Amino acid sequence: MLDVRELSVSYGTIRAVRGISFTVGKGELVSLLGANGAGKSSTIKAIAGALKTSGGAVTLEGKDITSANPEQVIRAGLATVPETRDVFPDLTVAENLMLGAYIHRRDHAGNRQNLDRLHTLFPRLSERASQAAGTLSGGEQQMLVIARALMARPSVLLLDEPSLGLAPAIVERIFEMIETLKKSGLTILLVEQNVNQALAVADRAYVMRLGAIVASGTADEIRSTSDLSAHYLGG
Amino acid sequence: MAFAIQFLIDVLSLGGAYALMALGLVIIYGILRLVNFAYGELIMVAGYTMFLTSGSGLPWLLMAVLAVAMAVVFGILTDYVAFRPVRAKSVTAVLITSFAFSNLLQNAALLFISPRPRNVPLPDIFSQTVSIGGAITPVRNLITIAASIVLLAAVAFLMRKTTLGIAMRAAATNFTMARMLGVPANLIISSAFALSGFLAGVVGLLWIGRIGTVVPGVGLEPLLVAFIATVIGGMRSLPGAVVGGFLLALIDTTLNYTLSQDLLKFRDAFTFSLVILILLWRPEGLIKGPASGQRT
Repeated sequence: MLDVRELSVSYGTIRAVRGISFTVGKGELVSLLGANGAGKSSTIKAIAGALKTSGGAVTLEGKDITSANPEQVIRAGLATVPETRDVFPDLTVAENLMLGAYIHRRDHAGNRQNLDRLHTLFPRLSERASQAAGTLSGGEQQMLVIARALMARPSVLLLDEPSLGLAPAIVERIFEMIETLKKSGLTILLVEQNVNQALAVADRAYVMRLGAIVASGTADEIRSTSDLSAHYLGG
Repeated sequence: MAFAIQFLIDVLSLGGAYALMALGLVIIYGILRLVNFAYGELIMVAGYTMFLTSGSGLPWLLMAVLAVAMAVVFGILTDYVAFRPVRAKSVTAVLITSFAFSNLLQNAALLFISPRPRNVPLPDIFSQTVSIGGAITPVRNLITIAASIVLLAAVAFLMRKTTLGIAMRAAATNFTMARMLGVPANLIISSAFALSGFLAGVVGLLWIGRIGTVVPGVGLEPLLVAFIATVIGGMRSLPGAVVGGFLLALIDTTLNYTLSQDLLKFRDAFTFSLVILILLWRPEGLIKGPASGQRT
């Protein structure tokens, strides 16, 4: 489904991502783990087309999207939820969701159907439809950006640190939702610092450190790897 | 009573024109975080289109439509010539190209048309006056008020109710995120320039309708007015631009009415002093724009 080969990202002379390779199969939930500065977000941004790659290739369902811009990436079927939880604060919840369906803007019936489905999944968003997105709580904003990404009806969803800065109870709910999305057959690449929670929902995981992948395997395998905490603590 | 009506019409007509000028500038600024210094020249283009078509025997309304259309074309051209090639480089580069494009257009007018004022055809109605509640006022002031109400409503509708408008507002807050949802950057930027050109074109007709002639530097004052109005209102807010425009018109008109003949030539000094006071009180302008934002 999503195939990343030898991907490199550099900021000037600093190599943030050093030729990493990984795959996400159809319907799979794969987690990319690692401490702050491991290169996870750079990887996500490069895949999403928001950051230039300095080497390697990214293919989505056999289609090369390595040097595609963000507009082309979403049209190819890959939606990104950035870690910065970028709602458009001045736009209402409904307007935010409507923009999520920008690439399907002529398919009104399809959008309505999709919106109904998302409103069942996120009832809070339907209650707050006419409210400015900037007035939502952190957890609600996170739900909004996920719902907005789903309005594009992507085949792959990239979730960058969905639990960042949220209260534990809300993190719990976000992960329940990710579980639901996974059960619906959506292919997901989940970037997380919250290892336990990520491994609880993931099929497989890759661990990144200093821009390289240092461990990979099924969630159970990763969990039993004794030096996992070492990668996090930098030891 | 007559005095109050007169004052109100003056403020509203001047404010309407100022608000439209400011809106045309802030629409670009909101999305690109850049002041388009070639904005005044779009007004000039509208004026010279009127002058150049004046001998053609076309009905005035058609000439006006052509003038606005030319301003739109030049607005889009500004994007292609001055902004797009250097957009990803640096703010300084874009500032300089926008100045250069402004200069180029002005000098082209100077060279190919004339440095001297040229008459612009105006329908008779522009020079007529009417009496409302005892106040005698030029009809063109009422036309300006009507045109600005219609246009402000149209822009509000576009920005709030259409997908393009909502996408433009989204792009003004967070361009990268809008692109990640599939909103094409180039379409949004070109649309902003086209809308800015359209507003400049209409403002051109109304503004030049006041003076009756066009010169190469005709756009300087509207650019300055638009800039000050957006600074007062808040550089990143569309409603702010409108509020700023009307407030500036209120200040100008009040000074016109109250200053003695000797002091009137220092009116701008008084205006700017008040603007400084407003900015000391509200450094970010009266209406704050979206909370976050970035350039492409």
